Amino acid sequence: MNVGRPIELGKGFVRSFGLPRIIIALFLLSLFILAPIAGVNVGTSFSDTLNRFGMNAIMVLAMVPMIHSGCGLNFGLPLGIIAGLLGATISLQVNIPGPASFFLAILFCTPFALILGWGYGQLLNRVKGGEMMIATYVGFSSVAFMCIMWLLLPFNNPTMVWGYSGSGLRTTISVEGYYLHALNNFLSIRLTRHLVIPTGMLLFFAFFAFIIWAFLHTKTGTAMTAVGSNPVFARASGINVDRIRTLSVVMSTWLGAVGILVYQQSFGFIQLYMGPFYMALPAVSAILIGGASVNKASILNVVIGTFLFQGIVTMTPSVMNSMIHTDMSEVIRIVVSNGMILYALTRKTEAVR
Amino acid sequence: MTLKMTPSKRLVRFMANNTVPILFLIICAFGIPLSGYSANYLVSEIIVRLVRNSFLIVSLLIPILAGMGLNFGMTLGAMAGQIGLIFISDWGIVGIPGMVLAMIISTPISMLLGWWCGKILNMAKGREMVTSYIIGFFMNGIYQLVVLYGMGPVIPIRNKALVLPRGYGIRNTVNLIGIRKALDSLLAIRIFGVLVPLATFILIALLCLFVLWFKKTKLGQDMRAVGQDMEVARAAGIRVEHTRIVSIVISTVFAGYGMIIYLQNIGTLNTYNSHMQIGMFSVAALLVGGATVAKANIRNVFLGVILFHLMFIVSPMAGKNLIGQAQLGEYFRVFVSYGVITISLVLYEVRKKRDLALAGQTLAAQQEVGA
Repeated sequence: MNVGRPIELGKGFVRSFGLPRIIIALFLLSLFILAPIAGVNVGTSFSDTLNRFGMNAIMVLAMVPMIHSGCGLNFGLPLGIIAGLLGATISLQVNIPGPASFFLAILFCTPFALILGWGYGQLLNRVKGGEMMIATYVGFSSVAFMCIMWLLLPFNNPTMVWGYSGSGLRTTISVEGYYLHALNNFLSIRLTRHLVIPTGMLLFFAFFAFIIWAFLHTKTGTAMTAVGSNPVFARASGINVDRIRTLSVVMSTWLGAVGILVYQQSFGFIQLYMGPFYMALPAVSAILIGGASVNKASILNVVIGTFLFQGIVTMTPSVMNSMIHTDMSEVIRIVVSNGMILYALTRKTEAVR
Repeated sequence: MTLKMTPSKRLVRFMANNTVPILFLIICAFGIPLSGYSANYLVSEIIVRLVRNSFLIVSLLIPILAGMGLNFGMTLGAMAGQIGLIFISDWGIVGIPGMVLAMIISTPISMLLGWWCGKILNMAKGREMVTSYIIGFFMNGIYQLVVLYGMGPVIPIRNKALVLPRGYGIRNTVNLIGIRKALDSLLAIRIFGVLVPLATFILIALLCLFVLWFKKTKLGQDMRAVGQDMEVARAAGIRVEHTRIVSIVISTVFAGYGMIIYLQNIGTLNTYNSHMQIGMFSVAALLVGGATVAKANIRNVFLGVILFHLMFIVSPMAGKNLIGQAQLGEYFRVFVSYGVITISLVLYEVRKKRDLALAGQTLAAQQEVGA
């Protein structure tokens, strides 16, 4: 018998899973263990975590196509979110109450996502190698540009515009009466008084996750992976690299648009103006926490990452607050999420592309 | 031998190389009459902005020389400078001695942070900019941990006016009344009714001279070599990693000083916001001045500050007079700041490819002559 083997196995596991991820997972686990001691209701916490998981998972999923095609982490997610916001506002303007407005919003956001995503993809094809920095600033400038547009676009539904001037959209718009909890309430299961499972939202995510998984196993999907892992080889085997990359960017943008709609229906508000500004960072760090790297990501990474990240975001404020009467959750969130991105950016093996 | 170019081709190339400054000249040319500000007002505002921002922007030059792109990690230096200012406000040291002491306190913090930042950037070669950008965010978390939770229980702060009512952590705004305009009013003279703070300008000029001199030293030449080609520099016996770290350390230390000069002009410290904005505005101003990710000089700094802040001053008023909403102008200038950085980054990448193609053409032309 080889005694050193379990240790070797352990080392291999740490290496393959990454030390930061293990620390984060252990941290979350300890939070769940500490919760009942600190007097926090585990049922509520778990329910909150599940809810936030559903809210954010599709935006995290939006990272997958671009990572696969070698465009790096999609720091330009705000662009997709803007397509989603346009869909949401137009859907409210059409003024059809009830859950139907949710599907209308998806319908309306699609052309914007396709056009913006296509343009964004064309841009990224011209700047191969510098995608991530440029993506960040494409996101920022598009958010700033839309700030001007939200003031000028001719919306006039009284629930959306400023009351006193009658024009210009509000900073936050309630979706109550429209698609508030359209997915959350669908088939939702109330296990105990505190523990509610938002089945509809989770099913909606599962549906999209399955589609992306299936897509990655089609011919085009395999081509996308090939482009990401070796563009020269991909070109040699007759793949149109630029077209595949554009396709991946369009997919990411559209998923971002749908993702923000799912987020809104659970959150209850549409956040305009500077709202989407920093929304890319939580999604980026979530997928990295899940085990993805700058050029490799799977659906499993999305699920694990979103759960861990949202778990920490939900659990730290409540547990910390009751333990030491200080809310340090914001600081912990900043350090964990950005630390994770830094870790991924500095991996040597991944630096060679 | 160079490729022959017709005058029209040369003009196109000049335009393509200076797209951003030309764009800004056009924006300002439209904005100034629309805003209706007097020339005198604009000049005095520009001088204030030059005093405030030049030092910070000059601190970006050295990492560009070393081929590390725009150092978004300058926020680290800004944080160090702010920590220095918090301490001197607590100790009640005012005027120039207070500023000097703040600089002295910020130096070791800047050096440590810069060294750490350089280490990390060495691990992320080829994507320094995005990494330095995330480092800024990451350190912001640590900064909040120190300033919002550490100051009070761990680091003693005696002045009650600085501390939040709950008993620990620094307030959101710190009044820097003790050092407000300390440097600016040291040697201020009036030229045609415009107040010119000479002392600050002398300090900025000294820094510029330092940068010019530094480029000629052995270390400066090493940095240029590293910036051109890391492998060639390594083969020539230059310690590449070390040189890169030094360039970031210098930049961070200057950014710390720059932040102290910036805040003495403004007079209040937004404890949790001041440093986050500064990186973006400095980078945008430098790029507006015609710098690229790979090439920047002192001319770019001053041209950039003038053009960028001219746009910043006139746009709210221009927006109000044009459409009736000042808010629109505010959003417009935010959009332009980010847009400029985006355009410059894209143009840089595109240009890099175009220059490669041009080099190929030159080589082909040479070979035709040879054949």
